[in-house]
Amino acid sequence: MANSTQLKTKPAADPAQQANMMAVVAPAVGWLIPGAGHIIQKRWIRGLLLLASIGSLFALGLMMQGHIYKANGGDILDILGFIGDLGAGGMYIVTLAMNGGQGAIAFAIADYGTKFMIVAGLLNFIAVADAYHIAIGKKR
Amino acid sequence: MTIQLTHFSAAFVFALFASIVFGITHRETTRDMVRYGLYCFAMFMGGVLVAGWAMWLIRR
Repeated sequence: MANSTQLKTKPAADPAQQANMMAVVAPAVGWLIPGAGHIIQKRWIRGLLLLASIGSLFALGLMMQGHIYKANGGDILDILGFIGDLGAGGMYIVTLAMNGGQGAIAFAIADYGTKFMIVAGLLNFIAVADAYHIAIGKKR
Repeated sequence: MTIQLTHFSAAFVFALFASIVFGITHRETTRDMVRYGLYCFAMFMGGVLVAGWAMWLIRR
């Protein structure tokens, strides 16, 4: 009787295993959508603020006609620009797919736009690291 | 859609959004996050003003 009861009840998922999975999923989702790594860990306000801040910075950079870097093996500054842009995750992929971020050399403000998008990507890297620290329990 | 920000407004929005992210990611408690975010914002804007006045003096 006791055995049949034990068989029927589904064993609860191991918390350590869940934490391990979250340590992989949260940074990945956070990279793809800024702040999502926090949101899936129920840090709603932090996640939404990160999404608004990083998303706005990237969108403003695009609206200022900033240039978006593609994968390249040329100048070191171009490579670093690409790494920075890549941090924006999904926004970077969508922008590339829509052929956006061509850049306007004629405007000085467009150069600010380029930097806005790079910084948005770099800030998202920090947000991803923060989501990972929450997942492993290093931060509340 | 394009937007033309002035140098100061570009620096302002940059400081605002970067400070929010720094505050959230670099501190543990909500109170410390707000305080550190405000500190970063003040440092960003203070840096902008100091650099602006320094350039004005150099130009003279």
